Amino acid sequence: MLHLTIFLIFGAICVAGAVNLLVQRHPINSALSLIVVMASLAVEYLLLGAEFVAAVQVIIYAGAIMVLFVFVIMLLNAGEEERTKGSRVAMIFGIPGMLVGSGLVAWVLLEHSGTHSVAAGALPGPPKTIAWLLFHEFLLPFEVTSVLVLIAIMGAVVLAGHPDSGGPAKKEG
Amino acid sequence: MNGGAQVTPQAVEYIRILPEIVLTIFGIIIMMLDPLMDERRSQRTLGAVGLVGALAAIVATLYQSQYPGVGFWGMVNVDSFSVFFHFLVATVTAVVILTSYEYMEVQQIRAGEYYGLILFGAVGMCLMSSAVELVLIFIALEISSISTYILAGFRRRAAISSESSVKYFLLGSFATAFFLYGVAMMFGATGSTSIAVIGQVLGSGQTPVLAYVGIALMFVGLGFKVAAAPFHVWTPDVYEGAPAPIVGFMSTAPKAAVFAVLLRILFEAHAPGRLWLIWVVAALSMTLGNIGALVQDNVKRLLAYSSIAHAGYLLVAFAALPANGIPAAMFYTVSYAAMNVGAFAVVSHFASAGERYVTMEDYAGLGRRSPLLAATLTIFLLSLIGIPATGGFFAKFYVFSAALQANLVGLVIIGVLNSAVGAYYYLRVIVVMYMREARQEVPVSPIPLGLGAALAISAATTIYLGVLPGRVLEYATRSAGDLLR
Repeated sequence: MLHLTIFLIFGAICVAGAVNLLVQRHPINSALSLIVVMASLAVEYLLLGAEFVAAVQVIIYAGAIMVLFVFVIMLLNAGEEERTKGSRVAMIFGIPGMLVGSGLVAWVLLEHSGTHSVAAGALPGPPKTIAWLLFHEFLLPFEVTSVLVLIAIMGAVVLAGHPDSGGPAKKEG
Repeated sequence: MNGGAQVTPQAVEYIRILPEIVLTIFGIIIMMLDPLMDERRSQRTLGAVGLVGALAAIVATLYQSQYPGVGFWGMVNVDSFSVFFHFLVATVTAVVILTSYEYMEVQQIRAGEYYGLILFGAVGMCLMSSAVELVLIFIALEISSISTYILAGFRRRAAISSESSVKYFLLGSFATAFFLYGVAMMFGATGSTSIAVIGQVLGSGQTPVLAYVGIALMFVGLGFKVAAAPFHVWTPDVYEGAPAPIVGFMSTAPKAAVFAVLLRILFEAHAPGRLWLIWVVAALSMTLGNIGALVQDNVKRLLAYSSIAHAGYLLVAFAALPANGIPAAMFYTVSYAAMNVGAFAVVSHFASAGERYVTMEDYAGLGRRSPLLAATLTIFLLSLIGIPATGGFFAKFYVFSAALQANLVGLVIIGVLNSAVGAYYYLRVIVVMYMREARQEVPVSPIPLGLGAALAISAATTIYLGVLPGRVLEYATRSAGDLLR
C-alpha cells in the first residue's frame, strides 16, 4: 500500500512537471521542470525494482543531459518566448487527438497488454544482471553504439565548423 | 540469461558482421588520413580510399554469403536476404562515391568527413538488413539516419542545405521516437525484442492488442524514413537542399535498408493487421507523390515527389502474399536504386558550382549540347516511368502481378492509373531536353571518368534488369524462402 501511494504521488509530480514544461514561457523554467520529470521518473523506476535504471536516469538524464540543456539555453541567450495564438488545426485536432491516443494506449496497456502483470523486482534490474546482458546478449548493439557516437561527433565538427574553413580552394594557417 | 551458453563470440560470428567491420575500418582510415594530408590534394585520395572500402565491403559480402547463420546471441542473421541487401547498399555506396568525385571539387566541399560519413552510414544500412533484433535495428537505423542528416547539410555555403539538414534532423528524430515507442510496445506485447521470438508469439494464434499498437508505431517511424505518405512532407525540401549525390544516396540505400527491416518485421514476425495499413499508405503515397510531381519545376523536387510515388509502388508489394510479394519488393528496390542513383548522378554533374542549374528550364536543349548525358538521363527517366526493356518495367510488373494474385484489384488499379500520371512529368523532362531550345547557354563540362563509370554502372544495371530480370528475381525468390522459413 505504501508502495502504491508513493508511486502515485511521484506519478502525479511527474505529470505535473511535464505539463509545466509545456506551459512555461521561459526555456530555463521548462528545463528545470524537465529535471522534476526526470527525477520523479527515477523514483518510479526504483519502486519497480530497477535500481540500475534509476541510477542511470539520475546520472545521465537529470545530470549530464540537463546540464547540457541549460548550457545551450544560456549560450543561445534564449529569452522568453512570445505568446502566439497557436495553429487552429493543432487546437482542434491535436489536443483531442492526443487525449484519445493516450487514452487508447492506456486502455490497451491495462486491459489487453497480452502479458500478465509482473511483480516488482521480477525483471532484470540489478546492475550485475544488466552487465551480463550488456556484455553478452547485447554485446553487438553495445559495440555498434560507438559508431553512432562517432558519427554524432563528426556531425558536430562538420556542421559547427566555419563553412569556408578547409575548403580545397582556400587553405588557412 | 542462459548460464551455460558461450561466453565469447566465435570467429565465424565475426564473419557474419564482416562487411560492417570492413566499412568501419575504412571510415576510420579516412578520418585518420584526413588531417595528415594536404587539403587540396586530399579529395581524390580520400575518395579513392572510400571507393576501395565500398568495394572491399562487396567482396566481404560475397565471402560472408558462404557462412550463413545467426551470430552474436541471435542479433544478426546472415541469409541470402541479408546478403542481397548488403550487396545493394555497398554497390550504391561505391557508385555514389564515384559520383561525388567531381562534385566535391566543383562545390568545394571538405572531403574527409564526407566520405567517412558515407561509409559509416553504409555500416548502419548493412546492419539493418542483417539485424534480427529490434534494439540492434534501432541503433543501426540511427546510424544510417544521423549520417544522412549530416550529409544533407554539407553544402555549407547554401542556406537551403542547412535548412534541409535541420528539417530532416528534427522530423527524423521525431519519427525515430515513434519507432522506439513501437519497439517498447512490441516488447510489452510479446516479452521479447527478437524478431524470431516475436514471430513465434504472434504466429501462434492469439494476437495481443498491444502488438497492433507496436506495429502501427513502428510503421510510422519506418514510413517516415522511406518517405511514404502521409509521412512524406519533409522529402521535397530535404532533397532540394541536400547535395545532389547525397540525394541519390539517401533516396536509395537507406530506403532499401528500411524496406529490408519492414520485410523482416512484417513477414518474419507475422505482424498483425498489416494489410489495410499498407493498403492506405501505398495508395496515398502513389497518388500524393505523382500529383505533387506534376507541378514541380525544380528537377530535384520533381525526383523527390517521384521517390514518394515509388515508395508507394513498392509498398503495394508488401500488401501482397509473402511468397511473391517479398521477391517483387526486393526486385523493385534494386531497380529503383539503379535508376535513381543514375538520375541524381546526371543532376549532380549538370548542377555546376553552387547547384545553380537544377530547374527544368536549364535542361532545355541538353540533348543537343551533351547528347551522351541526355541519353543516359533518358534511360533512367524511361525506367522510372516503367517502359519495357528497362528495370522499372519489370519492377512494376512483378509488384502489380503479386498484388493481383492477392486479389488487391483496387490497389493495382490505383497503381496503374498513377503510373500513367507519372509518365507525364518524366516525359516532360525528356521533351524539354530534346525539343526545346535553350533560352540561355548553360555550360556543360565534359563527363569525368568517375562520373562516367557511375553512369555506366547505373545505366547497365537498369538495362540488364529490364532485359534479363530472371537471375535477380530468382535470387530474390530464394531469399524470400529463407526469410519465411
